[in-house]
Amino acid sequence: MDLVVNGTRSRVAVDPERPLLWVLRNELDLTGAKYGCGEGQCGACTVLIDGIPHRSCITSVGAAAGKEITTIEGLADGSRLHPLQEAFIECDAMQCGYCTPGMILSSAALLRKNPAPSEPEIKEALEGNLCRCGTYNKIVAAVQKATHRMSAEAKERHHA
Amino acid sequence: MLERRAFLKTLGGVWVLFVFDEGARPQESGGHGHHWNSEELPQNVSAWLHIAPSGSITAFTGKVEVGQNIRTSLTQAVADELRCAPASVQLVMGDTALTPFDMGTFGSRTTPTMAPILRKMASTAREMLVEEAAKQWSTDRGSLTVGDGCVRNRASGKTVGFGELAAGIDWPRMIGKDDWITPATKWSVAGTSVPKINARNFVTGEHKYSSDHKLPGMLYGRVFRPPSFGARLVSADTTAAARMPGVTVVRDGDFIGVAARDEHIAEKAVAAIAAKWEEKPQISNAELFSQLKSNAVPLQSAAQSANTSLKSTYTIAYIAHTPLEPRAAVAQWNNGKLTVWTGTQRPFGVRTDLATAFQLPETQIRVLMPDTGSAYGGKHSGECAVEAARLAKGAGKPVKLIWTREEEFTWAYFRPAGVIEVGSAVTQDGTLAAWEFHNYLSGPSGLETPYAVPNPSVHFHPVDSPLREGSYRGLAATANHFARESHMDELAAAIGMDPLAFRLKNLTNPRIRAVLEAATDRFGWHNVKPSSERGFGLACGTEKGGYVACCAEISLTSSRRIRIERVVEAWECGAIVNPEHLKNQVEGAIVMGIGGALFEAIDFADGRILNARLSKYRVPRFSDAPKIEVVLIDRKDLPSAGAGETPIVGIAPAIANAIYSATGKRIRSMPILPSFQV
Repeated sequence: MDLVVNGTRSRVAVDPERPLLWVLRNELDLTGAKYGCGEGQCGACTVLIDGIPHRSCITSVGAAAGKEITTIEGLADGSRLHPLQEAFIECDAMQCGYCTPGMILSSAALLRKNPAPSEPEIKEALEGNLCRCGTYNKIVAAVQKATHRMSAEAKERHHA
Repeated sequence: MLERRAFLKTLGGVWVLFVFDEGARPQESGGHGHHWNSEELPQNVSAWLHIAPSGSITAFTGKVEVGQNIRTSLTQAVADELRCAPASVQLVMGDTALTPFDMGTFGSRTTPTMAPILRKMASTAREMLVEEAAKQWSTDRGSLTVGDGCVRNRASGKTVGFGELAAGIDWPRMIGKDDWITPATKWSVAGTSVPKINARNFVTGEHKYSSDHKLPGMLYGRVFRPPSFGARLVSADTTAAARMPGVTVVRDGDFIGVAARDEHIAEKAVAAIAAKWEEKPQISNAELFSQLKSNAVPLQSAAQSANTSLKSTYTIAYIAHTPLEPRAAVAQWNNGKLTVWTGTQRPFGVRTDLATAFQLPETQIRVLMPDTGSAYGGKHSGECAVEAARLAKGAGKPVKLIWTREEEFTWAYFRPAGVIEVGSAVTQDGTLAAWEFHNYLSGPSGLETPYAVPNPSVHFHPVDSPLREGSYRGLAATANHFARESHMDELAAAIGMDPLAFRLKNLTNPRIRAVLEAATDRFGWHNVKPSSERGFGLACGTEKGGYVACCAEISLTSSRRIRIERVVEAWECGAIVNPEHLKNQVEGAIVMGIGGALFEAIDFADGRILNARLSKYRVPRFSDAPKIEVVLIDRKDLPSAGAGETPIVGIAPAIANAIYSATGKRIRSMPILPSFQV
């Protein structure tokens, strides 16, 4: 089957029932999506499929075939980080970093849908993503910082 | 030491090698490996630090990074002493072939012990570089300054790079000295909020955790587990699994596992194994506390005339660390030598485990620890590394093994449960008159009371644990603070005294008093008014050189559902190395502590864990995180203590005391569920 990941089409010969997470990690060497629970409870495996966050550990690869899959490796624009990636660094919004790819992708999906989320809206959107290090408040601050930067950039573009 | 030689070649220059070989040799002989303490650590600078002809600086430590950000703080220490930017220092961590021996990363020991060693070595190196420059320029060393990787002659403005100077120094004879360590009052890199080193690799997904590591030809492993703890294998039929394409079944005694070309086939192969087990009856958590107390010491009567006396019993459940990255290892055999990448707090300990399991000298084994997806005291053991190595040996190819979440919940170890009995007496003016404290099973950390009381009687009673138990962030200091600080609140209530005033009356330790006053000031303790819908509680304590005071505000609805609204925690651990990262540790400890305080508990029966999944075992999420304010007290006059653990001890009693202030109901169990809903 064909998988379109981060804009690149790849042909993989795998059991279509196999979870997308493991095909990404073990066949395509995209290890940014992490295993945390295998039942869609922790969000470490989050990827975007046609812009919507999915738990790749409980998504069969067959169901994702042909769709636009975005992993953390595909979020930056070349060497230019996504504003969320920059904000996570600037706000110190991680400790061990294992949840970070899932947090950033879930946040990216939120901002695509709602460019100016309130604090409760951010928390609600990320409720399914676990950070065992407990950096939740810093993650909220990072998403808010990215939101402000993105809206400022959008305004600049509008005026330009 | 071949690996170190090869590694240093990539850095340029190999002068370190000879010294390191001499200095490091004793650690390689099995007899000394486990018993090293700080006195026996190599004293030669070159075991810890290397300056290449290019000027690039590499430091070496056996400590490991699990999210506590010591890669950053230790880099700050080295950069501080070498008067250079943190970006110009590379830190090699937790690699048994490259770094000096280390017992492990636990007990909040990195900041108080490893940072001073690296400072000693780096400051000695700095002084030797200055001396060399003075010699080369035939000038007085007083006229030279150090900065940006160079020594500079103030008068002439001439500079010479570290790399060039390093080549002229006889490093093999260089012994580290304490004489030139920079005091905290003169730190320039330490003491500032240097951002997480390599943070970019974490936000881009580039960082390779152990579970991300891949080798050519590598297979994927899976272990066939017993149905219950202590079950004995009677018979097993692995023929169906062995017939699957690309599957190798590995059997070694009671161990059965498979290695397959992908994880999906490995899972199917294990599911196809049929076995008979002999199980043994085991207790459940319903019987736990009565069993722990079965040989309890009767409390002495603390009652004296004119005193109010109290007796209370507190219980603490088993909980799981639940690191988001479960145990993982990649093992590779090459001509009888074994290399394992694994997430562990004790790479050298895991090397010993591997040496024992495979009857190999430790010199034949290399354990590497990539920065790991958290641990919290839960990754001391090396069973996943041993299993991966067993599978790789049997399959004749490298094998990666990632434990499933269920395996991590079941086959790792737990923070011990416990029962704590407290007896006490207090005079009507609020003076503590008697204190008796018995901890069953959970542990002795934080056992001693910091309050002034005549002849306190405190005891830890080891009891057989029905579940495998081990370290957890803060160890038993959490349980002991929960019992002590809850009980102090009970005493204050019994004599109608304000909980803060009661504590201050009985506290002489100035550092605890300082955090208690700082936290309550910021919290506005003197202005709070509890009601049936709002509660306010506080707790304080000290452990491992850190001082903590925590205030919590909770709200209640009529359905007895509680919410933690606000937490203020004051924290003091001597001179602050990295304020932002320190705040991050304190906040993280509070959030993690909320889990153990409110709802985390392992449910078990018949040698099985009944809630070994994240859908059944609740850990704190975004909606559980309250507003948190951290008040840091910077004591540049005091040595820095570690901060990864002790900030967790105050939150549970602060919450329990807040619930009491609103409801009059005393919480004596961790977790609080099911007494209240959360």
